[in-house]
Amino acid sequence: MKILVLVKQVPDTATKIRVNAGDTVIQTDGVKWVINPYDEFAIEECLRLRERFGGEVVVLTLGPKRVEEAIRQALAMGADRAIHLDSDRELDSQAAARVLARACQDEGFDLIMTGKQAVDDDQAQVGPLVAVELGLPQVTVVLTLEVDPEARRIRAERELEGASEWVSLPMPAVITAQRGLNEPRYPTLPNIMKAKKKEVKVIAVESLGVPLDPWVRVEAFSLPPERPAGKILTGDPVEVAQELARLLHEEAKVI
Amino acid sequence: MAQGILVVVNQEEGRVRRVAYELLSLAQSLASGQVTALTFGPDAENTRESLGRYGADRVVFLSGPAYQAYSSDGFAQAVAAVVSTIDPQALFFPATAWGRDLAPRVAGLIGAGLASDCTEVHVRDDGRLGAVRPMYAGKVYARVAIDSPRQIFSLRPNIQTVVETGRSAEVVAVDPGLDASTFQAVVTEVKQSQGGQVELTEADIIVSGGRGIKAPENFKVLEELADALGAALGSSRPVADEGWVPHSYHIGQTGKVVSPTVYFAVGISGAIQHLAGISGSKYIVAINSDPDAPIFKAANYGIVGDLFQVVPALAQAIREVKKDA
Ligand SMILES: Cc1cc2nc3c(=O)[nH]c(=O)nc-3n(C[C@H](O)[C@H](O)[C@H](O)COP(=O)(O)OP(=O)(O)OC[C@H]3O[C@@H](n4cnc5c(N)ncnc54)[C@H](O)[C@@H]3O)c2cc1C
Repeated sequence: MKILVLVKQVPDTATKIRVNAGDTVIQTDGVKWVINPYDEFAIEECLRLRERFGGEVVVLTLGPKRVEEAIRQALAMGADRAIHLDSDRELDSQAAARVLARACQDEGFDLIMTGKQAVDDDQAQVGPLVAVELGLPQVTVVLTLEVDPEARRIRAERELEGASEWVSLPMPAVITAQRGLNEPRYPTLPNIMKAKKKEVKVIAVESLGVPLDPWVRVEAFSLPPERPAGKILTGDPVEVAQELARLLHEEAKVI
Repeated sequence: MAQGILVVVNQEEGRVRRVAYELLSLAQSLASGQVTALTFGPDAENTRESLGRYGADRVVFLSGPAYQAYSSDGFAQAVAAVVSTIDPQALFFPATAWGRDLAPRVAGLIGAGLASDCTEVHVRDDGRLGAVRPMYAGKVYARVAIDSPRQIFSLRPNIQTVVETGRSAEVVAVDPGLDASTFQAVVTEVKQSQGGQVELTEADIIVSGGRGIKAPENFKVLEELADALGAALGSSRPVADEGWVPHSYHIGQTGKVVSPTVYFAVGISGAIQHLAGISGSKYIVAINSDPDAPIFKAANYGIVGDLFQVVPALAQAIREVKKDA
């Protein structure tokens, strides 16, 4: 099976997000960059499919030079080779999807996976948009994946509110991964060494001839309002519990 | 010229989720032109009265044989056909599992920009719509513009107020002429996973437990409080990772992002990834034995104490307050 995994590099989730007044991008100095956590589930699932059915796993990443680190990590987890779409521009979801689709359309992948969303812009669009660009079906927010390469069919369980649903679809297809799908592996030292020798093809995004102007644009950022200093109660558990119930009832008027 | 807003919602057994009314109320307050609701499935017609009551001027029901089971590619084609018939200026989807699957598919198909999971949509000075949406799970909010001629927004549940306008919606017949045999990804089975638990993203009150709970069987203590409050149950990530509760309980940057009226954080330290998921809560109540736990900095109310003593007392005190009210 020939499998593609779309990987984005994002600020570590422990990052405190800083913005300057009037800026339309966040401050990135001092930010620690990591693979988008949901993309790690996607990488892991692709590796497991390859281990079971054979074939290769290709990593496709869009971003500036710094994303090389994410690519090396995905290769160290076990992916076979990578394509780096190099660009310093901030692309919106649709431009990103067009670029990603263009870069992989001639390779003939049986399966394309990515995370259910990137934890930076939280748009959750690139998976479905790539599927549309390539004319493929999709299943998003997947908890369980069953692939039958002989029949070229997939069954996937996706998460709903308080429920889940099973979706049946043909291959090739685009699948987006949710936490719970698997437990991603850590790169081992030998694999980290091997990863250094794996092929990374760099393609300048501008050379793809795809329109890059955004449709969705950030005009301004704001930080969530600070909460006023809270009322913190200490003392006898029963007394403080009664006082809290009174405050919630009389002051906040929420119970 | 394109006009009005198309509100795309799902229904089950003739009922829509509350978020459908939130979308219609908002659309009605913004639209220059008509608000049209679109819904799918065998009992779609039964939603006509309620969709009208909350702001739909018109309704389109796709209830034919092609729409018995959800298909992201099939339904996206159907939405595209409705869009070309009624020519709306904007589309609204709920930012639910259903809407977040369908909206980007539609956006790709009709070539329109989409802003996901918005907490606000407003009319800009140029007369077009703009939105505010959280990024980094709510660590920052972005005001966004959509420059494509048609605009698509998906809206987070539990943010907009619902307004009854008492319209009676006119039915518009649209036939996309689609055959289900051409649909590729099709739902074959739906499994209910939590017995009647209110969905966290729609819950008004949430009681959430962290590692301070110490063992899975102790979650009962929280269930008692949730019961007294009529609340849904949630958790920090480690508690879900340990398997003490289902994954669907996990709240935070890599779990559910919630916006209840009151969020009770019990035995939760208040890590940045957890706080990101709860910043949309109107009130945060912290119960923790460590007075220096970061959760107290985010809390409107807090109790420093042992949860095993405080929580049962609180459940009792809340029952009494409710009884007297
Ligand atoms: C990539 C990444 C993503 C993450 N995403 C998330 C996420 O989405 N959501 C999330 O929640 N976490 C997330 N985390 C984990 C996060 O960093 C914290 O580790 C986690 O939130 C801590 O969970 P906790 O508060 O339950 O446990 P702890 O930090 O261990 O806190 C337990 C608290 O219980 C209190 N306590 C102990 N005993 C009692 C008692 N008897 N009575 C009262 N209080 C008591 C303690 O004082 C302490 O404050 C993520 C981490 C990473 C690296």
